[in-house]
Amino acid sequence: MTYLPVVLWTDALVFVLLAAGAVLAWAIRRQEHLRAPWRSVAQRPMAMGAALVLGVFVVIGLLDSLHYRERLPDSAPGNPQYSVEVLSVFDALLGALRTQKEKTYSAPLAMQLYAKEFIERDGERVRDYPRLQYGGAHLAHPDERLPDIARRVLRGVVEGLAAGLIAFGLVAAWDARRRRVALAAWLAGWRHGTLGWPARTVVVVLALLAVLGATLVQLAAGYHVLGTDKVGQDVLYISLKSIRTGLVIGTLTTLVTLPLAIGLGIAAGYFRGWVDDVIQYVYTVLNSIPGVLLIAAAVLIVQVYIESNPELFDTAAARADIRLLALCLIMGVTSWTGLARLLRGETLKLRTLDYVEAARAFGVSHARILGRHIFPNVFHLVLIAIVLDFSGLVLAEAVLSYVGVGVDPSMYSWGNMINGARLELAREPIVWWQLVAAFVFMFTLVLAANLFADGVRDAFDPRQQGRR
Amino acid sequence: MMKPLLQVEGLVTEIGGARVVDDVSFHIAVGETYALLGESGSGKSMTALSLMRLLPEGGRLAAGSIVLGGTDVRALPERAMRDVRGGGMAMIFQEPMLALNPVVTVGRQIVEVLARHRGLAGRPARDAARALLDAVGVPDAERRLDSYPFELSGGLRQRAMIAMALAGEPKLLIADEPTTALDVTIQAQVLDVLRRLKAARQMGMLLITHDLGVVAGNADRVGVMYAGELVEEGVRDAFFASPQHPYSRMLFEALPRSGDGGRLTTIPGQVPPLDAVFTGCRFAPRCPYAQDRCRTESPGWQTLGGQRVRCHFAGSLPVAAARGAGAARAVKAAAPLLAVDDLKVHFPIRRGLIQRTVGHVRAVDGVSFAIAAGRTLALVGESGCGKTTVGKALLHLIEPSAGAVTLAGETITSANLGSLRRQAQMVFQDPFGSLNPRMRVADILLEGMDALGVGVPGERRAAVARLLAQVGLPDDAGSRYPHAFSGGQRQRIAIARALAVSPRLVICDEPTSALDVSVQAQILNLLRDLQDALGLAYLFITHNLAVVEYLAHEVAVMYLGRIVEHGSASDVLRAPRHPYTQALVSAVPRIEPGTGVGVIRLAGDQPSPLNPPTGCHFHPRCAHASAVCRETYPDKTELGDGHWARCHWVAAQTN
Repeated sequence: MTYLPVVLWTDALVFVLLAAGAVLAWAIRRQEHLRAPWRSVAQRPMAMGAALVLGVFVVIGLLDSLHYRERLPDSAPGNPQYSVEVLSVFDALLGALRTQKEKTYSAPLAMQLYAKEFIERDGERVRDYPRLQYGGAHLAHPDERLPDIARRVLRGVVEGLAAGLIAFGLVAAWDARRRRVALAAWLAGWRHGTLGWPARTVVVVLALLAVLGATLVQLAAGYHVLGTDKVGQDVLYISLKSIRTGLVIGTLTTLVTLPLAIGLGIAAGYFRGWVDDVIQYVYTVLNSIPGVLLIAAAVLIVQVYIESNPELFDTAAARADIRLLALCLIMGVTSWTGLARLLRGETLKLRTLDYVEAARAFGVSHARILGRHIFPNVFHLVLIAIVLDFSGLVLAEAVLSYVGVGVDPSMYSWGNMINGARLELAREPIVWWQLVAAFVFMFTLVLAANLFADGVRDAFDPRQQGRR
Repeated sequence: MMKPLLQVEGLVTEIGGARVVDDVSFHIAVGETYALLGESGSGKSMTALSLMRLLPEGGRLAAGSIVLGGTDVRALPERAMRDVRGGGMAMIFQEPMLALNPVVTVGRQIVEVLARHRGLAGRPARDAARALLDAVGVPDAERRLDSYPFELSGGLRQRAMIAMALAGEPKLLIADEPTTALDVTIQAQVLDVLRRLKAARQMGMLLITHDLGVVAGNADRVGVMYAGELVEEGVRDAFFASPQHPYSRMLFEALPRSGDGGRLTTIPGQVPPLDAVFTGCRFAPRCPYAQDRCRTESPGWQTLGGQRVRCHFAGSLPVAAARGAGAARAVKAAAPLLAVDDLKVHFPIRRGLIQRTVGHVRAVDGVSFAIAAGRTLALVGESGCGKTTVGKALLHLIEPSAGAVTLAGETITSANLGSLRRQAQMVFQDPFGSLNPRMRVADILLEGMDALGVGVPGERRAAVARLLAQVGLPDDAGSRYPHAFSGGQRQRIAIARALAVSPRLVICDEPTSALDVSVQAQILNLLRDLQDALGLAYLFITHNLAVVEYLAHEVAVMYLGRIVEHGSASDVLRAPRHPYTQALVSAVPRIEPGTGVGVIRLAGDQPSPLNPPTGCHFHPRCAHASAVCRETYPDKTELGDGHWARCHWVAAQTN
């Protein structure tokens, strides 16, 4: 066996979450009152477009969560030794992007380093921009660079369009078959937007994604598309690897938040009396402590623990991972109060409704009333809160890492990228690409998440029902 | 003929694809009250909003003309409409708490209108506002100007609303269900104010209501709406003497009336959704006289004497059969199933840092009664008298403070609640709030059986089917969610849920007050059939005396947490002795013209149970109060046949 699968803590939780999501989706399919709002989400062009973009991010994040260690080539067959470096399936797909390291900074699509150095040329020491080891290495002369880039972009666009066309054909064939209509009729419906789902948006977004992806692939084969960082690492690679960190923070934190928020919020609203007093006291206190302070303290404690118990973590990745998990936990513990307060208020209203009284008149137990009458009726609030909080958490990670209390410095994350770019902003000429790359990736993810959240909120908000 | 104040011709209002008002024409003369009558969903409120051009989002006036005093309202630009609203016509809404801004004093809300329409400001505006409050009968008007709406009782709030509507000196007053949210005694006061003001100011009035009794006492002419159309129109007396449209007739027949033992006529089905495409008469699917022609050809107007009717067979319909008096319901003397002795529910009022109890709200203060199996006791009283609290305390939904409840010989304590809950169940007022929207009907019905362990688990599904059949719902209802049902059907589900554990006593808390007349009749018939078939006892909590007359064997009248009169239904309702009961009975609007005595008007409102008056609770509002009433609470005065009242005045008469 040449690979040793590695399951990090966050990997396990991400896949648990995926399974839970699948079970939830299956349950929702069977409940008409839950399925109807999702169907209405699927009919919104904006939400569907955003969902596709989110989907790309999620797929990258999931691929990046399948970790393994390679066997060292010179280890004995009976006693296999594995590399200390933990890789993921996504690394394998990216291929050379990870290993093609330059010496230091280089601008996007450059073929020379960003700083002058003394180099040997024709046996003479001159001070000039040295050629990159990988970026543009196939070019003989700097004048060939722009035509080469143009050629690659063109080829990427053509390939992307072709892929988009194929995707369009597949969608058309699948949907026409499902509806049992002729392909021509389907195409007419597609053109007029009368299919009942935003097929035009889906096809256009798919095509755009394909064009973008193919162009990037073409360019990345010969250049560092987004330049390189201080140690010569490809910035595109770092940005892509950061996706997983952002997603993990956004989703696992919610996983920590939900039981606290749902359990305590509903209990406070339903039982009233001293239960309510205690829970309100707890979240008022928690809310009045500055969150960053609490997070900084907790992260430091975890850091000390990791360093004093090195035998528990066999790789650097495991160490970074446990710190990421700790960050999710502490952010979850500090961010459940808003949702809990919302659920408490809603429960206060629901508990006085006649159907809860009727259940009490039958002597139904509290647990059953909470499970059958209260929770299903606040579930839409929970869903809305999950999707709305996601983008906030992704941004919070960036801020915390920038301050230095976020994820491990060795971990790829947008916060760390921004932190690394901070000092170089003062440099002349300015090193801007790290910051811009982090910004563009984060912006795309958060915008897509927010647009999708808008769609979900509109569909589940009872006050919006009449306007649809 | 006098030139009409308001002339509406062929009005069509569309919201989305639905024609909520379809080709409605009517006119109102100066000083005339025109009543629009109909069930919910018939388009009567939309007609009013169309007149004001205050349609909800997406609504538009598609056709027709609205001429108010010579101006075509439809043609006016939005700027000019502001003068018409409030100045030309003003509107009174159903729920004064929602129509008044809770954070602005009553005076300022009235002055706002005065400033807009009469250009008054400062002292003159305040004087004018006070004069308006005086005119609508608000006592102590000067002080009330500075009150916030939540400081006023329901009746006073509605008067303040009327004062606001009058502030612009409108020529036409639109009253949209002005008294539906009020108690009968307060309703009588408010209707009185409206009648007086209309006469004094020579206004036209458009009265929108579903209550035939209100129409009978107040309207000059009546229009009946059904599914967006006006189906009948006529002068009040002619209309009440001989309603011509089958729908109008059935509305009359669906009303429970005194001395009526038989079944109520019900209108099958419900008002059709207005976005449907109609061919033929809109009422045909529910009409017992419908023939082929009705289903294919929409009827035009036919004039019969003073009435206009939209029916192909107007005038040729058979005269409605007089309702059989029905056998007087057999009175079975039996041992009481439920006996309540001196039940008290006091809510502590806590104040201060350590939440010390500083007093009690005596919501229920020493109530005793008994119900035998197969009998109905109606608990009657105005809102806030504690009747619902009695019902909930019986089921221990609210923990009673004192008193004993004996059910089938067993005294109920917290230890044997299970036995209580198998034998007594409750049907709630609001069919929309009493069913969990996230549960299927079958699960709703199963809940009680599961919780109380009724029957064998494997047979419960069969029991659900039986229950659905029992309350007249289709077999497939079990697999659907509550939102798929109408109000009446939901109330049937709620009744089935109560019956699921085979109780012997059902507490019905205003089960029909949220329903239309025709649906109310269905539910009342169902309750009576179930009583006959299953021998159920009902504790029927209501403020609607007409329903009491139809269903109850005995009546207990509650005032401020205590029962003030108790006796058989016929005794209490035909010959009430307690002054409060007398006022209550007389305040019910009657549809029979010129029946009996005038309304006995009660001054003021029910006092707060936090601080009840000394002596007899009723003395501040009582016309017969004497010195002794102010000092001691009266004892029971037996009036024979189990009829008793707690009143010094009655006691003095009998001695």
